Amino acid sequence: MGALEAVILTIITASTPLLLAAIGELVTERSGVLNLGVEGMMIMGAVCGFAAAYTTHSALLGVGAGLLAGVGMSLLFAFLTQTLMTSQVATGLSLTLLGLGLSGMIGEGFTGLPGIKLEALNIPFLSDIPFIGPVIFGHDILVYGSLFIVAGVAYVLFRTRLGLIITAVGGNHHSAHALGYNVLRVRYGCIAFGGACSGLAGAYLSLAYTPQWIENMSSGRGWIALALVVFSTWLPKRLLVGAYLFGTVWIMGLYVQALGVDIPSQLLSSLPYLVTIVALIIISGNKTLTKVNTPACIGQPFAPER
Amino acid sequence: MILVLEKRSRRSQAMVWLSPVLALGITVVIGGFIFASLGLDPFKALYIYFIDPMTSLWSIEELIVKAAPLVMIGVGLAICYTANVWNIGAEGQLTMGALFGSAIPIYFTDWQSPLVLVLMLVLGAIGGALFAAIPALLKNRFGANEILTSLMLVYVAQLILDWVIRGPWKDPKGFNFPQSVSFEGWQLLPLLGEGRVHLGAVLALIAAVLLWVMMGRSLRGFEIRVIGNSPRAGAFAGFAQKKVVLFCFMLSGALAGLAGICEVAGPSGQLQPVISPGYGFTAIIVAFLGRLNPIGVIFAGILLAISYLGGEAAQVELGISDKMAQVFQGMLLFLILACETLIHYRIKLAPGRGAVKEA
Repeated sequence: MGALEAVILTIITASTPLLLAAIGELVTERSGVLNLGVEGMMIMGAVCGFAAAYTTHSALLGVGAGLLAGVGMSLLFAFLTQTLMTSQVATGLSLTLLGLGLSGMIGEGFTGLPGIKLEALNIPFLSDIPFIGPVIFGHDILVYGSLFIVAGVAYVLFRTRLGLIITAVGGNHHSAHALGYNVLRVRYGCIAFGGACSGLAGAYLSLAYTPQWIENMSSGRGWIALALVVFSTWLPKRLLVGAYLFGTVWIMGLYVQALGVDIPSQLLSSLPYLVTIVALIIISGNKTLTKVNTPACIGQPFAPER
Repeated sequence: MILVLEKRSRRSQAMVWLSPVLALGITVVIGGFIFASLGLDPFKALYIYFIDPMTSLWSIEELIVKAAPLVMIGVGLAICYTANVWNIGAEGQLTMGALFGSAIPIYFTDWQSPLVLVLMLVLGAIGGALFAAIPALLKNRFGANEILTSLMLVYVAQLILDWVIRGPWKDPKGFNFPQSVSFEGWQLLPLLGEGRVHLGAVLALIAAVLLWVMMGRSLRGFEIRVIGNSPRAGAFAGFAQKKVVLFCFMLSGALAGLAGICEVAGPSGQLQPVISPGYGFTAIIVAFLGRLNPIGVIFAGILLAISYLGGEAAQVELGISDKMAQVFQGMLLFLILACETLIHYRIKLAPGRGAVKEA
């Protein structure tokens, strides 16, 4: 395998979990809900995915378990913020704290065990083409899945009635309600979708990125995914570019170190976090860019009048 | 049948104080079920977890040692959240405070004078405040989301600590262990009594009382509450929102930094790669459990300290994961928020959609 090939492959593996988690959160936020629990849902997806795959010897069942774990966590959040109308910021935070604790407890028995790796799809003939084969046709189902989800979300948001309803609910929930749409039901759905995507992102970490369970293995990716959504100005297209940019930054440190450049490894490890801050500054400073697509009702609770 | 929330005509004063108690009760009950599902006697397990830590002098001292940083950070965060300013990077500010304060004993190892301790504490607070000023300034200047920036800086601070402790600040005589020189004499916080309780506990109490006075009696406190409740009303009253953001961040950062240097100059006695077991994050729960009231935070801090101690005791005596503490803490915050709804709403069961159709 050539060096360029290896670099491209690692960029894709580093970007996929960010992309998955961020596209889910993008849909959640489009419906006017800010779920800060991405990190917690992701880590639960990681531990449940690993545990299921390890016990059943099937990576695909692991992916399914990760997805369900994410959905389960997100429904907790949905019940509190939508039905009980709690503060979304505080509830999201508590979801992350709960997820980190629970995952540590569930995962305790699985630390250090050999994982089940999610194998790359082997597409006949195409995967054998030199260079193009491994780079384009040599990935696992979640890598393709993530791209498919992004395309699907873009299609649904901008080309379907459902997309218009979601945007309307996020833009002005009182008007949407007056028009007869069930605001809470739309939001429950979007929150669950976000949870599913975060769960998949976690499963990707523990089944494909590093096929094992390590405590806190999401190491802030959920938070970076949240920043990515802001960075994308709520557009799936920009999100795709952003996720791959961040994925590149994430692994750049490893390569710089491998080249033997004399920089403290800690500085390189802190790059993704610093770049996230810089990205937030750049995008937030540009008011015209952010204003257009920001869901106007984001973070506000909705109480239907009866 | 579906669940329906009915708005109370006014907020229920009883629920203001009852809701955290209710949340705590439900947490304990769920905890009992978790213990039972692990095959343990739930009553014995709960006793070991929540009551045992308060039965011996040793563990009560340990409780105070753990509650001190939680209260100190928690009161600062309570002020922030009252103003709707979301500092969730206290763990990073704690780390920075520890680093700033430790600079004195590490660079002037032989300097012994009461001044050393004062300087360390002041530097610790400054370090935390400066580090907390970053997300505040970014929010004010560029509108960058302070939740995300303050959290990102936690990772950055921990990596800086990791770097100095394995690099320039490593104890030259420390057999290559990643730790600084051991602090001695005036480089350590004086102990109160025989045990491990140190001056930090007193500082935490003073901070809580001072902030309680500030919130209740001063214009600044009023300003913070108005801006938190209604930024528009605050703007009409001529309150400078940006100033409040910066003030809240730097205040809570200073307290977190102070807690950091107190950990290093107290229980740990030297700079190590891990300074706190997540006090900065647990303090978020402390602030909410204390209903964002500085005096309430004192009790909340003690309670969360029990969850740490109980976690250790349960690990030793019952052989269950020390992660249980984190699970309890997360669950508690979740339930506090859920029960807070009862302050403004009454929960009722109403006939579901199906029933309406039949009628």
